[in-house]
Amino acid sequence: MQERLKKKAVELLKSGTVDRVLGWKSGEFFYDLTPAVFETAEEVERNFRFSPFSGANLSKYCIAESRKGGKVAVFLKPCDSFSFQQLCKEHRILRENVYILGVPCDGMCDVEKIRDAGCIGITEVREDGENLLAETLYGTVSLPRKQMLLERCAVCKSKRIVIFDELLGDQGEDIPSDRFREVERLEAMAPEERFTFWRSELSRCIRCNACRNVCPACSCEKCVFDNPQSGVQNKAPADPFEENLFHIIRAFHVAGRCTDCGECSRVCPQKIPLHLLNRKLIRDMNELYGPYQAGADMDSLPPMTAYTLDDAEPSIVYARGGK
Amino acid sequence: MKKMPLSQLSSLFSAISELETLYIPADDSASQAHFTPWTQGMELTRKGNTARSPKDLFFPQVEGLVNFKVSGKSIEILENRPENAPFVVFGVRACDCRSFYILDRVFLTEQKDTFYESRRKAATIVALACTRPAETCFCGSFGIDPTDPKGDVSCWIEEAFLYWRANTEKGQALTDKLPMLVSCDDLAVKAQQARTKEILRRLPIKLDLEGFDREHMLSLFNAPQWDSLSESCLGCGTCTFVCPTCQCYDVQEFNDGEKIRRFRCWDSCMYADFTLMSAGQPRPTQKERFRQRFMHKLCYFPNNNDGLFGCTGCGRCLQKCPIHMNIVKVANALKEVVK
Amino acid sequence: MRPDPLIPSLGVVTAIRTDTPDVKTFRVMGLDGKKPFAHIPGQCAMLSMPGVGEALFSITSSPTEDYLDFSIKKCGCVTDWLHAMEEGQQITIRGPYGNGFPVDTDFVGKDLLFIAGGIGLAPLHSVINYCRAHRQAYGKIDIVYGSRSKADLVDFPEIESVWCQESGISVHLTIDNPEPDWDGHVGFVPNYVKELAFSRDKTVIVCGPPIMIKFTLAALMDLGFSREQVYTTMELRMKCALGKCGRCNIGDKYVCKDGPVFRFDQLDELPDEY
Repeated sequence: MQERLKKKAVELLKSGTVDRVLGWKSGEFFYDLTPAVFETAEEVERNFRFSPFSGANLSKYCIAESRKGGKVAVFLKPCDSFSFQQLCKEHRILRENVYILGVPCDGMCDVEKIRDAGCIGITEVREDGENLLAETLYGTVSLPRKQMLLERCAVCKSKRIVIFDELLGDQGEDIPSDRFREVERLEAMAPEERFTFWRSELSRCIRCNACRNVCPACSCEKCVFDNPQSGVQNKAPADPFEENLFHIIRAFHVAGRCTDCGECSRVCPQKIPLHLLNRKLIRDMNELYGPYQAGADMDSLPPMTAYTLDDAEPSIVYARGGK
Repeated sequence: MKKMPLSQLSSLFSAISELETLYIPADDSASQAHFTPWTQGMELTRKGNTARSPKDLFFPQVEGLVNFKVSGKSIEILENRPENAPFVVFGVRACDCRSFYILDRVFLTEQKDTFYESRRKAATIVALACTRPAETCFCGSFGIDPTDPKGDVSCWIEEAFLYWRANTEKGQALTDKLPMLVSCDDLAVKAQQARTKEILRRLPIKLDLEGFDREHMLSLFNAPQWDSLSESCLGCGTCTFVCPTCQCYDVQEFNDGEKIRRFRCWDSCMYADFTLMSAGQPRPTQKERFRQRFMHKLCYFPNNNDGLFGCTGCGRCLQKCPIHMNIVKVANALKEVVK
Repeated sequence: MRPDPLIPSLGVVTAIRTDTPDVKTFRVMGLDGKKPFAHIPGQCAMLSMPGVGEALFSITSSPTEDYLDFSIKKCGCVTDWLHAMEEGQQITIRGPYGNGFPVDTDFVGKDLLFIAGGIGLAPLHSVINYCRAHRQAYGKIDIVYGSRSKADLVDFPEIESVWCQESGISVHLTIDNPEPDWDGHVGFVPNYVKELAFSRDKTVIVCGPPIMIKFTLAALMDLGFSREQVYTTMELRMKCALGKCGRCNIGDKYVCKDGPVFRFDQLDELPDEY
């Protein structure tokens, strides 16, 4: 796949179809790829890298890239394409300035999971059938690939690329996913138990804002939490409860627009399962307003901004037993 | 040199914690290591570095400075600072030991920061030698020897024993209170150090920082490389907050209804409002903010501190940056500017 | 435990003078009725109102006075509050901070040329009055001061009735646009400096909006001055004023500690980020 993507990027740049290509750049190791803009075929040849560690979702960068003049090509994996389309729906991306290259994906790997599996000093990882072979300073370790996937990939909801100009490979389909299982487990808890769970998770927050800054749905020019005039600007909790509020407010703000791309949990340096907040809201919206997948299309009305007479009343919370 | 069987580690921890609060690196529910107050049954992590650095124990993310009560035109200053009780930090790696030395250069130069100073005075650092460095480790680039960490006490875990050497008066005072430690020779430690050094030679990252100095400050600052290096930076504070030497802070206030609490909290030069004034913004884009962080560690800080770099090679930013941009990539990209 | 430098003392605002539509001068004394601390001209202090915020201001009064004055323009959260308060209000104060002007070294025996625009007079006011109080230590003093209008000239009464009357001091005032009751010079400060064609043996102290400083410096260069002769005072966002919070640096210099006073040849060696 790497060679195919590279060839396409070179071709688009050389033919003048696009002025820039947004992709991933190789780093010091095999896993530390960085989102990057390539302006010449030579740069692509030298540094472009697509691998099972190209997890970073490039769609949010298109907000700025599509406004820089000229045309930019971007590689989108299936879940990235949902984010991209959602941003188009919100009029955040100038669609006509972007050339989308759809890239099929069989799941991206998480180097943190490889580390958690006990690997120290990892210098290289090769795919070996169903396994990953990790070369480390202390020997070779074989790991089941499935268990080394990013959480969002382990419960992948769709292999379908929902918006593209050109597909590099075969189109996929929506697939059955048990992504709500963990949400169901939390719902089954007693309220006190659930509160304790979230207090414990959210109390680890260091307010680095990585979740917000990476989130394609968090595309406000200026976040209310960064605005000194808002009265809620704080870089640190004046009160320990503030971390809960930051994440809960954020989850509500992106509700109906969050495509469940999982970037928030991928980037969290404290490994807080932030995606569970979003998934809980997605699950509730599906239940209360009918199935809806943000970013799946351009036309459907988003449940949180489309009012209908039979919308659920706030009192529904009692009917649902406080869940 | 002293030693004790590793099987008695929990009785050592227990003995220390009866004297003072003891922090050890232990795994949390997300299986990340953090310096945690030791309680019976808590195990020492098997991981190398903690996810957050031990700077948290000296320069916490949030700390109250002073409170005020305002009534009419009058203000009352409510200062109620408890003395810091003595504490022991066990298991600090060599890179993090260096970070205290770097932070001291900031907080303990005139005018001294007494909040930091009192914690430094209260702490006894028990350092632990590394035997299994990670691929992201590059402390050697800063002349740090991870097989001989510089704390009040240095420790080595080798086979079934914990080896212990007091380096300072503070360290000796603690050692004297721990009868389970018995005198021994240092042959096993020497052998371990030699073995670890063999691994250190094979580490992939070796930074060459020659030329990152005052003479090159302007050419580094004006380097065209900053554009591409910073282009995908998210402007989050992850690198700053996991860094053992980042010490920028903000002072903010919170009205709790009764009094006004003035507190300080970690801040990040990566944040847009870091230098924002009503009169203007000297660092208008992420490029300038990004550049500031790396220029500070690689050039400004050493300029003011006898060539001491503001990085310890702990590798946390390499592991945690959401877009995998870090000081190694920056230093390597800027190499051609100083050559 | 000894007090931390971040913990302020209490002060009280004993007098408030309205200078211009958006500038007031506040007199701050300790609660004991004495001056809170001694300072060098050009140094600053952190003033705060708990619940509103803390900010750094340059000290306007001369060290030779037994009070601290701050001429402050209304332009943000803290200054809005200061402008709204009344005499007798307590505030917090800590300082002094910064290097100050070299009034007892480099300036001694020199002809001094002060060039200020708008609120930029505030820090220079301290130096000018210090030099007036030690008149024999300095040569001829020229003061070029300009603002948008006559009403925007900070402390016009003192300038007119005191500075303008002293021998050895020449005051050159200018405003941006003509006004009915103004018979002085009209035009921007940089052009006026050029017109006045000062001899290039003077030591120059410039303070004002960045754009004014930029063009004034160019005018001085045209007149044959060198950058080593020209001093200015900088302002960047600060939280600690102790060189630790990390935000007011220009390259490897901290404005709060190594500045705020810099010579232009010193600034030339630093990154252009201010």
